[in-house]
Amino acid sequence: MDFLRPASWEEALAAKAEHPTAVPIAGGTDVMVEINFDHRRPEYLLDLNRIGELSQWEVGEDTVRLGASVPYSQIMEHLRAELPGLALASHTVASPQIRNRGGVGGNLGTASPAGDAHPALLAAGAEVEAESVRGSRRIPIDDFYTGVKRNALAPDELIRAVHIKKADGPQQYSKVGTRNAMVIAVCAFGIALHPETRTVRTGIGSAAPTPIRATAAEEFLAAALDEGGFWDSRKIITPSVAKQFADLAAGAANPIDDVRGTASYRRHAVGIMARRTLGWTWESYRGAGRGTEGVA
Amino acid sequence: MRVNFTVNGRPQEADDVWEGESLLYVLRERLGLPGSKNACEQGECGSCTVRLDGVPVCSCLVAAGQAEGREVVTVEGLADFAKQRAEHGGCATGACGTEGTSLQDARRWSARPQDSQTGEGGELAPVQQAFIDAGAVQCGFCTPGLLVAADEMLERNPSPTDADIREALSGNLCRCTGYEKILDAVRLAAARQAELAEGV
Amino acid sequence: MGTTGTPTKITQGSQTKGGIGESTLRPDGTLKVTGEFAYSSDMWHEDMLWGQILRSTVAHAEIVSLDTAEALATSGVYAVLTYDDLPTDVKNYGLELQDTPVLAHGKVRHHGEPVALVAADHPETARRAAAKIKVEYRDLPVVTDEASALAPDAVLVHEGRDDEYARIVPHQNIVHRQPIVRGDAAAAAARADVIVTGEYTFGMQDQAFLGPESGLAVPAEDGGVDLYIATQWLHKDLDQIAPVLGLPKDKVRMTLSGVGGAFGGREDISMQIHACLLALRTGKPVKMVYNRFESFFGHVHRHPAKLFYEHGATKDGKLTHMKCRIVLDGGAYASASPAVVGNASSLSVGPYVVDDVDIEAIALYTNNPPCGAMRGFGAVQACFAYEAQMDKLAAKLGMDPVEFRQLNAMEQGTLLPTGQVVDSPAPVAEILRRVKARPLPPERQWESSEGADVRQLPGGLSNTTHGEGVVRGVGYAVGIKNVGFSEGFDDYSTARVRMEVVAGEPVVTVHTAMAEVGQGGVTVHAQIARTELGVTQVTIHPADTRVGSAGSTSASRQTYVTGGAVKNSCEAVREKVLELGRRKFGSYHPAWATAELLLEGGKVVTDGGEVLADLVDVLQDEAVDIELEWRHRPTEAFDLVTGQGNGHVQYSFAAHRAVVEVDTELGLVKVIELACAQDVGKALNPLSVVGQIQGGTTQGLGIAVMEEIVVDPRTAKVKNPSFTDYLIPTILDTPTIPVDVLELADDHAPYGLRGIGEAPTLSSTPAVLAAIRNATGLELNKTPVRPEHLTGT
Repeated sequence: MDFLRPASWEEALAAKAEHPTAVPIAGGTDVMVEINFDHRRPEYLLDLNRIGELSQWEVGEDTVRLGASVPYSQIMEHLRAELPGLALASHTVASPQIRNRGGVGGNLGTASPAGDAHPALLAAGAEVEAESVRGSRRIPIDDFYTGVKRNALAPDELIRAVHIKKADGPQQYSKVGTRNAMVIAVCAFGIALHPETRTVRTGIGSAAPTPIRATAAEEFLAAALDEGGFWDSRKIITPSVAKQFADLAAGAANPIDDVRGTASYRRHAVGIMARRTLGWTWESYRGAGRGTEGVA
Repeated sequence: MRVNFTVNGRPQEADDVWEGESLLYVLRERLGLPGSKNACEQGECGSCTVRLDGVPVCSCLVAAGQAEGREVVTVEGLADFAKQRAEHGGCATGACGTEGTSLQDARRWSARPQDSQTGEGGELAPVQQAFIDAGAVQCGFCTPGLLVAADEMLERNPSPTDADIREALSGNLCRCTGYEKILDAVRLAAARQAELAEGV
Repeated sequence: MGTTGTPTKITQGSQTKGGIGESTLRPDGTLKVTGEFAYSSDMWHEDMLWGQILRSTVAHAEIVSLDTAEALATSGVYAVLTYDDLPTDVKNYGLELQDTPVLAHGKVRHHGEPVALVAADHPETARRAAAKIKVEYRDLPVVTDEASALAPDAVLVHEGRDDEYARIVPHQNIVHRQPIVRGDAAAAAARADVIVTGEYTFGMQDQAFLGPESGLAVPAEDGGVDLYIATQWLHKDLDQIAPVLGLPKDKVRMTLSGVGGAFGGREDISMQIHACLLALRTGKPVKMVYNRFESFFGHVHRHPAKLFYEHGATKDGKLTHMKCRIVLDGGAYASASPAVVGNASSLSVGPYVVDDVDIEAIALYTNNPPCGAMRGFGAVQACFAYEAQMDKLAAKLGMDPVEFRQLNAMEQGTLLPTGQVVDSPAPVAEILRRVKARPLPPERQWESSEGADVRQLPGGLSNTTHGEGVVRGVGYAVGIKNVGFSEGFDDYSTARVRMEVVAGEPVVTVHTAMAEVGQGGVTVHAQIARTELGVTQVTIHPADTRVGSAGSTSASRQTYVTGGAVKNSCEAVREKVLELGRRKFGSYHPAWATAELLLEGGKVVTDGGEVLADLVDVLQDEAVDIELEWRHRPTEAFDLVTGQGNGHVQYSFAAHRAVVEVDTELGLVKVIELACAQDVGKALNPLSVVGQIQGGTTQGLGIAVMEEIVVDPRTAKVKNPSFTDYLIPTILDTPTIPVDVLELADDHAPYGLRGIGEAPTLSSTPAVLAAIRNATGLELNKTPVRPEHLTGT
């Protein structure tokens, strides 16, 4: 095994071009577990810790450019207003120690369906800034996840940043685990209301081979909100609409049975989380404010 | 490979490090600092918690090479770290012995004739003394990680609520105590800290 | 062996600081908070090698071929050992039956069984070399449950058994069977107004001690070996290690290293023999440290169980009879299964008066992971089932579940199903009363001015509910656990106590082989020595095999048995010291001959408080040094047909009230409070007592709502050997645990104390289950409860 320590982004790209099998390591929260448990022996480890810009973020007019290694704890603390869904998701990541090291780049690189950030990114709308010595490109989040633990990155590409749409409405995130902290998702659900475009976006984690959106549910809800004039009236959403949304979200799930949960439970739980998070976000949109967001 | 970094205020150098080694392994097996514990080596227990450039992390998930040029504080340096923080009112780095637990020491080990008396022996950080006084230590394997995490929380949040304490320590498993006495210990450390601050 | 504490002696404690009854602090506390305390994985030796085990990847298979050539040829590798390299004819070990191969011989019987050993200069070198060992397996059918184990044509997990139980069991895939028959259950059933039956399933729990199995073996010049090890029972290890190495016991010198928790999981051998074999082969010190993955394969677990119960009661709420059948899965090797069967069987009725019983408990041999000792040991599984039955009966009778239990509660003088009389206080009704009388925690504590605090809700930080679907439930349970080794086992301990003058002060050294695993035995030993010998300075000598056996740190027995041994040896030292005093100073004061003399505050005093001499002057440069064995009252084996016999020496009782909040839509549980009341006889160290009760309670909570080793029923392979998927409670899963400690002395025990460590683990689980049932109205016959069970998915 070789340990590559590029001092700059350009050096990192060059190293990755020269050694496409090199495994990038930043927070180490996935890679080191695999090494410690002898599940993986990469030929090269490519340490990204020395590249300071990866741990920085910029808040633009419409988007936040989030460096791939910005730790979850920083997102929770500093980007709650701009990225409320991702901030909530960040709070559910493993433990404080892990949140101090891990960042969105790792979740995306590993592309596990159980990665906590994915549903929030899908719901908010995001683009992954991937780069190689050949050039830079932006991969829409909807096209990023290509299979179980597979993503759209080319072997010579590294994730530099994620461009996430700033919230234009309430967002929520919910995750089921069988412990009250430090737990991997049995399944997860993210929702973002986008009043500016009068759309709703969602993300489902751990309930399909990849993170997915519940598109039928989104379309149904957008249409129902539009037809009922809810965006303007800010009326309470009728229970039947919420139920239909929840059922469609559950229907979007394509889960499996495993040691963490059964497929049928996952489907059921996605539906419950969809209904609840819709309720919380809509109450928040209505201006009810207090008591809908949850505090911790 | 060779790795250079600072541990508890002292520059350290480790040679012939295998590239897959964790910071935890280097601390324990190469630098003679076995205080950070190896309970799970997968980031799921917190017993290896150290501060890396001031931030609590699981040292089992930091590749040794990633520590290059950085500052690490372990439980062995916690007392000095806390002392310097108290004296200088800011981030401090401590110093500690570089000898590990040699077999010689282990052979010679025996419980000290005196119990770990309350308030005596000013060599401990307040949170360390509070863990002893409150009965928060049983087997003690989770203790070093909890101490580093708890000390950092009290640095950020000197008067935490119970829910704050629980959240801050939710990454540290303990199998012996049921956590009640750990909560007691952190409350005690916070109270003593507050008393001291008032005194000043 | 009457070492009953007298009141006179107890008052000594209050006069010498740091004696029994005080919450003195741990002598190892400072070392543990500074990181200096040396655990078994912290050992280091110049020039040491690292040992690595190659384990089977399948559960049941013949080993067709085993090729170590490539591994041995790896640079940095010093030795590769297989079964063929074992030095003597003794190639098996085991706590009760010697059925466990040191290294697999032609066959593996469970997933993760050790097949070969490697010693190399770096752990990674050892791992890579182990990976180069070529093993060809031919799969055998797996035995995974009662049906596959007891079928007439079942594959035998162990062929040609010749152990003591083989003759009496109805099938060779049964390790041990213990029936208990008393009265006439069938006739009594006819008198019952209500009868309830239930089938209960108890999952496989892991001890999940945080310090992984580890140790250091150092070859010695005399051909022997020095082993530094974390274990629960040094001498039992030694009994199993020495014959395999072909060494006399005095050439295997064992020293207890720091132990990172145990809970039963270190009662069996793990890497002890392997490290010694590698050290002796290479002539170099060998360190072995399991990682968490390996730890799940490296020790036995709590027996999973199926329990079938029938209870009857009259309409006024008196139990008429109980029939039960308890099937424990012992896995591939016996470990402590026979004793677990004895406990499950003899305690299956719980702390209740039932005259007519028909009981059977068995442990199976299967190809599942081996199971053995874990806190509560057979009594835990039974308590889960009989407490569910009590709630069912109360509900059917329309009675309050606590009142129903109190109506049938055992008390001093009750006759157990084994025919044994409970001959010390059994405040079952009282501890139930106490937990029930406690005010309930306020409702909706999660509500704050800023919104719902998710940390106080089911789902916690995962933000699954802000109060939606959340229903509160309250449940009660009580349990009975035996203390100490039962069934005629010669349960003794040894203590060596030395008093001498060091630097002008009397100092006592206590030397035992007791494994301090975190429970605080070392604290208590010092307290006993202070109380008995009136000195302040007590040094605890490291535990090793240079002193006689202390027995195991298990069965809630160490404070009783080794504490008793320390007390006994201290008393002998005191007599010797007084003798010295009489010889030196007897002529100066008549009280030397006539008064009751005590040692207090470093002096010899009369019971009237008059000081006769300073210990420094009595001892001068002489040391008094005595090593003695001490035994509790003997017990008897249970009759193999009727189960009758005075099998136990003492019992321990705890009761819990659980308050839970359940998100009924998502099936997630938050335990809000878990109140406990327990009789401890005498709290030698109240702080430690409460710590033990809270810790035991939390392990019971774990098995109630999250902990289970999942074994694939098709392959018998473990599916979750990691802390990612084997979950134990975090601080956010653990509620406040108020503890009510009763001290009703057991006159047969030293100071009247009662073993305490296990009882809280029994009742905590069924109390949580009862609370969840109360919240949801569901029957819930399996533990751990999973979201699927609560949501019908």
